[in-house]
Amino acid sequence: MSVRVAFASRSSRIGMALFTVALVVLAAAPFWGGRDDLQILSQIYAYVALASLWNLLAGYAGLVSVGQQAYVGLGAYLLFAFAILAGISPLWAIPLAGIIAAVVAVPVAGLVFRLRGHYFAIGTWIIAEVFRLLASQVSLLGGGSGTSLPASMVIGIASSRQMRDFLEYWIGLALVVAVLALIVLLLRSRYGLALKAIRDSELAATCNGIDVMRTKVLVYIVTALGTAMIGALIFLQKLRISPDAAFSVNDWTAFVIFITVIGGIGRIEGPIIGTIVFFALRRTLADLGTIYLLMLGVVAILVMLTTPKGIWGLIVERFGWQVFPLERTVFLDIGVASHVRQSGKMNESQL
Amino acid sequence: MMDWVNVLLQGVLVGGLYAMFAAGLSLIFGVMRLVNIAHGDLIVLAAYVALVVTETLGVGPLTSLVIVVPLMAAIGYALQRLVLNRTLGDDLLPPLLVTFGLSVIIQNGLLELFTADSRKLQAGDIEVATIRLFEGVYVGVLPLLQFTVALLIIAALQFVFYRTALGRAFRATADSQAVAQLMGLDNRHVFALAMALSLAVVAIAGVFLAVRANFDPAIGPARLLFGFEAVIIGGLGSLWGTFAGGVVLGVAQAAGAHLDPGWQILAGHLAFLVILAVRPEGLFPRIRT
Repeated sequence: MSVRVAFASRSSRIGMALFTVALVVLAAAPFWGGRDDLQILSQIYAYVALASLWNLLAGYAGLVSVGQQAYVGLGAYLLFAFAILAGISPLWAIPLAGIIAAVVAVPVAGLVFRLRGHYFAIGTWIIAEVFRLLASQVSLLGGGSGTSLPASMVIGIASSRQMRDFLEYWIGLALVVAVLALIVLLLRSRYGLALKAIRDSELAATCNGIDVMRTKVLVYIVTALGTAMIGALIFLQKLRISPDAAFSVNDWTAFVIFITVIGGIGRIEGPIIGTIVFFALRRTLADLGTIYLLMLGVVAILVMLTTPKGIWGLIVERFGWQVFPLERTVFLDIGVASHVRQSGKMNESQL
Repeated sequence: MMDWVNVLLQGVLVGGLYAMFAAGLSLIFGVMRLVNIAHGDLIVLAAYVALVVTETLGVGPLTSLVIVVPLMAAIGYALQRLVLNRTLGDDLLPPLLVTFGLSVIIQNGLLELFTADSRKLQAGDIEVATIRLFEGVYVGVLPLLQFTVALLIIAALQFVFYRTALGRAFRATADSQAVAQLMGLDNRHVFALAMALSLAVVAIAGVFLAVRANFDPAIGPARLLFGFEAVIIGGLGSLWGTFAGGVVLGVAQAAGAHLDPGWQILAGHLAFLVILAVRPEGLFPRIRT
């Protein structure tokens, strides 16, 4: 009996077509948008990428971290260290920062993986605090008050300011596309199946021969790599760094968590929807300042209590749409198609 | 030499405060496997409640406990009954995210009401009173009182947990929610009582924190981390272990601060990470299955 597995469905074909069109339009943004548009779009890309990576960690691997600001800040500080201390171009420093962060993540994983569940979450926060305190001890990078990227380094990226803006914008877009592509490919691979099995039941996954710990560590390291690269780019665009800004739990973890929860945790579309909602809300409510953050907290709690699957979860329940081709459909040679739904459990399929 | 004795003594006494931060956290985790990320912010909330009470009634911080403790306990009961009980289950994400959201709400609510200015509770003469132990070694009366209160709190919790009907209910629900329910316990009520007890301890910790040093709405998360570190250093499930964990953390921080003021917090975190690396079960673990 032959078995064929297909990922694409009608909605994902439409979804991917729309996604491609959107990409072309966004890639051309420097030609139709002003400087403000590019800035807002860059911020949106950064949050989509950060939230997607956190979603991979928490929504798929069950590793709820509240310390991802550790890697945002580490990536950012590495970029500044490379530029200021070693004279390495910021454009090269971004991938380098990612690689070093991934290397750092190995021993860190060795420590925090000793803590389980809720305790893991707080353990990651302590790691982020340690990174922040260490960064503020480095006097060559301005210590506690931070430092700026030297003008010579900035000019080295591209001669004109406009070209620099364009270049940084495209890097941001390329990074978010790379992050999304990486996550789609990872979920489509056998590691993706392993992750879904782990999410549904660690015990059952172990019984089926999955090395649960190894899979989780792998996801943790991949997430660190991506998060650090995004962090490096964010602070390249800001041109200024300080320990409190680079390792901010509000900016790089609270917002990211709220975005993912509101958009839909455990679904790749969730962070994208969540980021759009987040920026739309911020545009209309930004004047409220602290009240805005307070309301965001209330909304996130309400969403968690009433619709834990978020906005995209509701859409999937109602229409069964998927933008990215992830849902496995298994075709048997007798011509019966049976679905192994992404949201369901493997043993619920009609195989 | 003498200054090191003083440093260590200070560390031990501050450790009492950290044990107070940790005791409430430990209690909640023991009973319902919930880690309350808003724990530190609740401590700060208690400090602000005490500030309002002392300013409106014109009483001292220690007298204000008469109002702050029951008030925080009531908040804890309501919080558990109305919000947190709905998040408990097999999935660990909802309680984490809801308490995380709560932390953001409390921080920004306090910021809105009290601004970001540092505040402090004034306790009068007791703040500067010291006792001379022997030549060159002095103990503050306030830190000593704080340490004694911490000891009493741990002893009281130990008593409640192992010698009373309420403690039996706590331990029963911790062991098996389903069986506890079959025995006629209302888990929702038991959990709410545990949270009320936790926030009663939080209230005392908040008042001592506010008398000891300046506070502002943003310092909550760091208190959560100190409490958490004390729990892990001491070993899960042991109240006296938690107390010892608080003392270890206090001493590590005091020693770090003595070497370089910038190293105070870092030294505490590093001590925690070292313990996690070499003895992940903590110093005094209580084996429970």
